[in-house]
Amino acid sequence: MRAMRTAFIAAGLALGLTGVLGVPGSARAAEAVHLPEVSFSHEGIFGTFDRGSAQRGFQVYKEVCAACHSMRLVSYRNLAELGFNEDEVKAIAAQYEVTAGPNDQGEMFQRPAVAADRFKSPFPNDQAARASNNGALPPDLSLMAKARVGGEKYIYGLLTGYEEAPAEVTVPDGQYYNKYFPGHLLGMPPILQPDGVTYADGTPATVEQMAHDVATFLTWAAEPNLEARKQMGIKVILFLLVFTGMMYAVKRKVWADVH
Amino acid sequence: MAAQQFKNPVVNWIDRRLPIFTMMHHEYNEYMMPRNANYWWSFGALAMVVLITMIVTGIFLAMNYTAHTSMAFESVERIMRDVNYGWLLRYIHMNGASMFFIVVYIHMFRGLYYGSYKTPRELLWMIGVVILLLMMATAFMGYVLPWGQMSFWGATVITNLFSAFPFVGDPIVTWLWGGFSVDNPTLNRFFALHFVLPFVILGVVILHVAALHVTGSNNPLGIEPKGPQDTVPFNPYLTVKDGFALGIFLIFFAAFVFFNPNYLGHPDNYIPANPLVTPAHIVPEWYFLPFYAILRAVPDKLGGVLLMFGAIAVLFVLPWLDTSKVRSTKFRPLYKPFYYILMADCVVLGYIGSQPPEGIYVLIGQLATAYYFLHFLVLTPLIGKIERPRPLPASISESVLKGGGRFPAGATAKPMEKA
Amino acid sequence: MSDTTHPVGPAGQGASGSEGATRRDFLYLATAAVGAVGAASVAWPFIDSMNPAADTLALASIDVDLSPVQVGQAITVTWRGKPVFVRRRTEEEIQTARAVNVNELRDPQTDEQRVIKPEWLVMVGVCTHLGCVPLGQKATDPKGDFGGWFCPCHGSHYDTAGRIRRGPAPANLHVPEYRFLDDTSIRLG
Repeated sequence: MRAMRTAFIAAGLALGLTGVLGVPGSARAAEAVHLPEVSFSHEGIFGTFDRGSAQRGFQVYKEVCAACHSMRLVSYRNLAELGFNEDEVKAIAAQYEVTAGPNDQGEMFQRPAVAADRFKSPFPNDQAARASNNGALPPDLSLMAKARVGGEKYIYGLLTGYEEAPAEVTVPDGQYYNKYFPGHLLGMPPILQPDGVTYADGTPATVEQMAHDVATFLTWAAEPNLEARKQMGIKVILFLLVFTGMMYAVKRKVWADVH
Repeated sequence: MAAQQFKNPVVNWIDRRLPIFTMMHHEYNEYMMPRNANYWWSFGALAMVVLITMIVTGIFLAMNYTAHTSMAFESVERIMRDVNYGWLLRYIHMNGASMFFIVVYIHMFRGLYYGSYKTPRELLWMIGVVILLLMMATAFMGYVLPWGQMSFWGATVITNLFSAFPFVGDPIVTWLWGGFSVDNPTLNRFFALHFVLPFVILGVVILHVAALHVTGSNNPLGIEPKGPQDTVPFNPYLTVKDGFALGIFLIFFAAFVFFNPNYLGHPDNYIPANPLVTPAHIVPEWYFLPFYAILRAVPDKLGGVLLMFGAIAVLFVLPWLDTSKVRSTKFRPLYKPFYYILMADCVVLGYIGSQPPEGIYVLIGQLATAYYFLHFLVLTPLIGKIERPRPLPASISESVLKGGGRFPAGATAKPMEKA
Repeated sequence: MSDTTHPVGPAGQGASGSEGATRRDFLYLATAAVGAVGAASVAWPFIDSMNPAADTLALASIDVDLSPVQVGQAITVTWRGKPVFVRRRTEEEIQTARAVNVNELRDPQTDEQRVIKPEWLVMVGVCTHLGCVPLGQKATDPKGDFGGWFCPCHGSHYDTAGRIRRGPAPANLHVPEYRFLDDTSIRLG
């Protein structure tokens, strides 16, 4: 019985610890390439989003990624969580024209986007997106940080991982070699170029910096409640520790006469 | 105990007309538990708590979920992003499914170790296996609801299992789908069934508890209590003990929900379902992995399906396969190592289930599958016949004293002298 | 421990001394209190999940073009899932509404308090009794005894300023938040 107990406790602890400490699901990603060592402020039990980085990441998304990639699940109003005030959010939304209607004449019309609108997609539908991208569909980025093994590290790796293909690999036309992409050949060109965007806060726009910022932004987009979740988690666990400790004392007292 | 008098006059008034309070008092207050039950006996109570948690979070999630192929994925994301505390409800529900299986698998292995399936508790055990089957069906259909890539392809693969049956297979699959592929009718019926099955589970759990309270709980020694000196009343002794166990369990549960809610899930399910593209690796949720490994152990389609169902069917007949006169493995020196080998075998099957079916994994999967059935169909009957169990203690209380438990002080110790 | 002396609850336990019993009772009570606080806190997320979600609260305001509406006509637009009545009142209707002795009304409000421009009456078209949509928008509709609107569910009569005049409704038809963008268009919300 002792062995059984030890085995269970060991297994439980191992599962729990890997779960809590956030060891990436390496067992499930047997073939996945080794992702770059990069850290983010939102990692860990007390992690919070780096607002400045996320805002810069939004700028990179807006000026670079959004040419091909949609973010259909995110609304302009959500940007308030990144530290934009109400007027800034309205101004950002108003830069886009969205289709509305039908009006009283039965026709669809264009109007400036408002805070409640979802991010405008670059293409009206998937077919149009394919047609403009050599048949490859640029995936929606709303959940990208949760939809790939490695999450934000994968995004960072992908954006910084373009390099010369090894001699034995033939790269077809319209494909690019990336050391972090599963299979290494992908249709997305190395889109981030040094100083491709000009950051308002003066941060030098290196490829690594932009990749890091975009990865932060996309993590927020995929999991906007990350901070609320972790903060509530700390309170819940502290409460449970107190409660469980008290329950243990009660159990000892109640059973004192029996053992 | 029929004419229980309660202090509260309202309770008394109701109870004289409908004796629910007497029943509750009888079943949960004075139900006699063997005093030596250890913490492994808390997992039944934990399973009950998880079931209630799943039902309650599920009802509130259903208020915001839309069972339509064009809206299901987005409605789940709306729960995650816009509904107040929606992320919390969904992460509790999502991880709660895993917690349910963790707790129930431990509960089952406890039953296996201490021979809780043996007479007179055969029916109790069989009802438990029915609960497991219902849980598996419910979990499978629930996983389809977010309508991500894993939802879609999991549904496709699992429903296609039924096509293995000759003649009736294809019509059955079409009937399950309500069409010619997994599509909106499938999603709708899975939602309806996923909503209602937990209440069926609750009903069967009540039968499980009712059957338990007829035979009484087993205990680590596997011998029946001989009198009041061997037992304690459920309340307060087991309520506080289970309460403590619940606290520990909730910490474990909360660690997942709040700090790594997607650890037990799969990234592909955050990609909307696409009937034209299958993900590179489709694996079921971890709790189905051992069965998935058994399914793939045989190259024959029908054979694999039958074997997988057989892996559960064998549990139904386990009470009659086990020929041992002794319940608890504690007193079965020959059986004991095989119990641990079975446990390891299940872990190996789980690992194989998560790996691509190629190379050495195929062979290991086949060996592990063969051993699983060998254990139940050959070893269990055989060992029971040839084994010489260690002598059983005369009574629970005698064993408690010998076992180094502190000698009880005070008036309550008196009955101990009988032991 | 015999059957008859089984304690029914923690508090009923035999105690080794009164001081120990007090400390023990305190522990039981404190644990029960902490457990109750925990259970109560768990209830809130469930309750709150049924309140309006963030996307519901962020519903966009809508613009209404009034230019096609002739004097004496009314249009109905949908705003936040409810009908909004916009009536371009005749001079006579305005005069009738303003001639009323406000003190005699169930929900005293002057006509001036209910409009921005006297010609345009904008109201949420939901009866304040039990939520039916009153009749009176179309030329053929019954308009009630006061020339405004009539709720067919329980017979509430509203006047040409949308004020309750007779019937069970407790309050005037609600005037939503709106503003004129120019002479012929308004923004609701």
